[in-house]
Amino acid sequence: MVITEFLKPKSLEEAYSIYNSEGKNQIVGGGAWLKLTLKQADKLISLDDLGLNSIIQTDKSVEIGAMSTLRSIEISEEVKSLYEGILSQACHKIMGINVRNLATIGGSIMGRLSFSDLYPALLVMKAKLVFYKSGEISFSEFLNNPKRDKDILLKVVIDKEEAKGFYKKVALTALDFAVMNMAISKTKEGFQISIGATPSMAALAIDTIKYLNGCEAITEVEIKKANEILLNEIHISDNIRGSKEYRTELVKTYLARGIRQVTKNVG
Amino acid sequence: MLVKLIVNNEPKVFECETGEFLLDTLRKYNYLSVRRGCDNTSCGVCTVLFDGKPIPSCSLLTVRAEGHNITTVEGIQEEADKLGRIFGDEGADQCGFCNPSMALTVYAMKKELCHPTEEEVREYLVGNLCRCTGYIAQERAIMRYLEDKS
Ligand SMILES: Cc1cc2nc3c(=O)[nH]c(=O)nc-3n(C[C@H](O)[C@H](O)[C@H](O)COP(=O)(O)OP(=O)(O)OC[C@H]3O[C@@H](n4cnc5c(N)ncnc54)[C@H](O)[C@@H]3O)c2cc1C
Repeated sequence: MVITEFLKPKSLEEAYSIYNSEGKNQIVGGGAWLKLTLKQADKLISLDDLGLNSIIQTDKSVEIGAMSTLRSIEISEEVKSLYEGILSQACHKIMGINVRNLATIGGSIMGRLSFSDLYPALLVMKAKLVFYKSGEISFSEFLNNPKRDKDILLKVVIDKEEAKGFYKKVALTALDFAVMNMAISKTKEGFQISIGATPSMAALAIDTIKYLNGCEAITEVEIKKANEILLNEIHISDNIRGSKEYRTELVKTYLARGIRQVTKNVG
Repeated sequence: MLVKLIVNNEPKVFECETGEFLLDTLRKYNYLSVRRGCDNTSCGVCTVLFDGKPIPSCSLLTVRAEGHNITTVEGIQEEADKLGRIFGDEGADQCGFCNPSMALTVYAMKKELCHPTEEEVREYLVGNLCRCTGYIAQERAIMRYLEDKS
């Protein structure tokens, strides 16, 4: 990696203005993804001194600093208590402990990684992002419209809710990217469903969610119908990790299992 | 540029490029137990402890380690010897290339987890690849080491 200058600003304003100064400037989170993708930068800006690596519980929510490592999120009791721990489970399945001690949630979000194992979990938990200049935005809106050029992600906010959660990653080996990942949640407002790595970017399955939320009761009949709707609304295709057919079978199987799991003992 | 690090409890000053990774700096200064495998954040043989936590040294810029504690296998000599002997007993050793990184990760695990199950041990070590053994004998050895109180 060829870096002209490495800077460790002491304030967000300083970081922001360096980031937006002339040249090819880059923020470094954990730096694990940049290691694989960045060849050259003029100024590399570290967020290490800005206190962005804590996980804080407030009355209403859990706030995860953008520099929190995947490992710290995985083992956080606060995060485990959200939606039956689906975000912890998602982190747990990413690479080994060494990579998780480096890679951050901020880099995972700003990297816009279509294979990300975190995105489905963040989507069904209705996570919100807080940026330095542009303020708060829902994670799902951010994925649809990533225009946050040259802003700094400060934290991810997840509201505490009484919720059931289901999470599944399918990968060919423990260190591989997912062939498919999925998260489902159920609160008193209803279901949230998100499928990722198909291999397209994760998204909420809006039509399926709407259908399920309109059902009086969920039986195998509704689950079958939900699966038909889901397969019509998401885009599944082939890549080196799995064929379209294989992915389709995975989606069908785990959607059914997930819905059954989150509807158990819930009104 | 000059970067100050604490390696195995000794304060050091290293000369490095701005975009240089810790793996390259450590090897340049003869910490040759830190191995270069894939150099792609994937195999785990370059693992060192960063403030006690295992990280892939191939992916951390040396400048970001300024002022932090780095531990290589030489820094945990006694524990590494103990683990090495048990590895030998259990027939878990082959080429040895991954041993330093494995020892460091096992050491960190022993400090972090209390009586881990075999499943937890496997999950903790999933990022440390060994291309020779197939892990069965290693797992046996590691379970024995974790119970070792000597
Ligand atoms: C070998 C390898 C395998 C992986 N496998 C998986 C996997 O199976 N599943 C999975 O989900 N993930 C996987 N990942 C991705 C990993 O989980 C992280 O998402 C990724 O490394 C990015 O996090 P980082 O901290 O390393 O980001 P960095 O590399 O530091 O940054 C990534 C991008 O985000 C920007 N950025 C970082 N922080 C901020 C911020 N606060 N504000 C604004 N911009 C910011 C950077 O400028 C850069 O463009 C893998 C990564 C590697 C290296």
